[in-house]
Amino acid sequence: MTLTQQRKLKTLLVGLASWTVALLLFFPIFWMFITSFKTELQAISVPPQLFFEPTFENFSIVQERSDYLKHAWNSVVTSFGATLLALIIAIPAAYSMAFFPGKKTKDILLWMLSTKMLPAVGVLVPIYILSRDYGLLDSKLGLVIIFTLMNLPIIVWMLFSYFKDLPKEILEAARMDGATPWDEMVRVVLPLSVGGIASTGLLSIVLCWNEAFWSLNLTASEAAPLTAMIASYSSPEGLFWAKLSAASTLACAPIVIFGWFCQKQLVQGLTFGAVK
Amino acid sequence: MKRSITRLLMAPSVILLLAWMIVPLSMTIYFSTINYNLLYPGRNNFVGWMNFEFFITDPGFWIAISNTLILLISVLVITVVLGVALSALIDKPFYGRNVVRVLLISPFFIMPTVNALIWKNMMMNPVYGIFAWISQTLGFEPIDWLSDYPLMSVIIMVSWQWLPFAILVFVTALQSQDTEQKEAAQMDGANGWHIFRYLTIPHLARPIAVVVMIETIFLLAVFAEIYVSTGGGPGYDSTNLAYLIYNQALLQYDVGVASAGGLFAVILANIVAFFLIRAVGKNLTV
Repeated sequence: MTLTQQRKLKTLLVGLASWTVALLLFFPIFWMFITSFKTELQAISVPPQLFFEPTFENFSIVQERSDYLKHAWNSVVTSFGATLLALIIAIPAAYSMAFFPGKKTKDILLWMLSTKMLPAVGVLVPIYILSRDYGLLDSKLGLVIIFTLMNLPIIVWMLFSYFKDLPKEILEAARMDGATPWDEMVRVVLPLSVGGIASTGLLSIVLCWNEAFWSLNLTASEAAPLTAMIASYSSPEGLFWAKLSAASTLACAPIVIFGWFCQKQLVQGLTFGAVK
Repeated sequence: MKRSITRLLMAPSVILLLAWMIVPLSMTIYFSTINYNLLYPGRNNFVGWMNFEFFITDPGFWIAISNTLILLISVLVITVVLGVALSALIDKPFYGRNVVRVLLISPFFIMPTVNALIWKNMMMNPVYGIFAWISQTLGFEPIDWLSDYPLMSVIIMVSWQWLPFAILVFVTALQSQDTEQKEAAQMDGANGWHIFRYLTIPHLARPIAVVVMIETIFLLAVFAEIYVSTGGGPGYDSTNLAYLIYNQALLQYDVGVASAGGLFAVILANIVAFFLIRAVGKNLTV
């Protein structure tokens, strides 16, 4: 065998192995997707059916049974609301730490990271009681507040690492022309970092959308986002796999597709800028 | 003048996070020392260490601690080992690499409740599940995963979720590996294993440290997967600390004992963080 042939064979084998692993790991998602188009009887047939006549009735049943649209709307409102609020709070902080660093800046950043180390369950009781006393139990506003605070450290870190990479010369030029820090931020920094802010926002939306601990513990029927709605399918009622799959597909599809587009930013954000 | 403006810009974030940390935590500390059950209001007398004693002597306590640690360590080992191997595999060029990447990364975006329900029903169900079908086809007795191996089932679900994250981080890190160095090693007669062992692994030291840190934060708090799949059972077999506290607080309404448990969770997180930072912290610079 010549060297090129050997190399070709190796590429083929690597490709084959990679595809096998990828298909295996993706299989549960694929299976959920196609089960959502089956009838309940097809869904539990042994051996499993790969080819069948698709039906769309599960989706309408899910809408009827658990009011999918209401919970989807709750997810949209809480994810986008919390993201917007967190960005508004975090942008000034990240800006001031990136462009006017003091001796304590690094300490403050590390301290923010450490607030993420605090396990949520350690403060479950007080947050539950505070929410109850202020009428925020089972309300979208309550979740927005929690999600905002939960993601604030990650958002500050991500924005900080974007701002830090902006060319300093532009700011100095603006300063020469007599711009105040506020002008600099609004007129110079923000327009230059639209991309960075957008991907930070995407990451935050993904994290809020999939958040389950607080959603399960602080909401009931009214404000429950999709994560909590799906949990109501955990107690089986007769044949329900096709409906479960339909509900799950509806709940996950938007965010999985969202995720494909922002993988890179996700890594950067979740590793606090340590891996780029 | 400038300094006060920058402080003003930082103030909202710092104040909010400070409040987010201090207010609930001090309430937890206070609740943990009083008799406080939501079913019997108005009897909130000081009880000292009693809640802690109660929580430690709960039959589930040590099981929950060990389950929490087994879950943490198993998932870390699985995701890091497989993550390094798979990212090294897909780092090489082959046909359809981008599609493979997208497929591999997808489980990370599936919400935890959906994850647990797909696995519990469609994969692990002992009668109609895919695993049961595979076992039967191969001539084995199907396994009832959730009743016979509850903790392992949860480990599989959580690993499936976090393996893509590890792959994603390692693939990103491998792209910055020096190709000239690899070519030079090849010229000198190094084989694939040597390159992997002496160039790739050291290059990945920092990303591995990062993955371990981040996953630890999330894995100590695994909750939804247990909540919808096993409900902590059978018995306490798949109860971790987070689930035990939830059980105490929102199912038995005992705020005092649950708060004491919450403090244990905080302490455990701090112990793990301490060892972690000593073990891997040197690889992590801001």
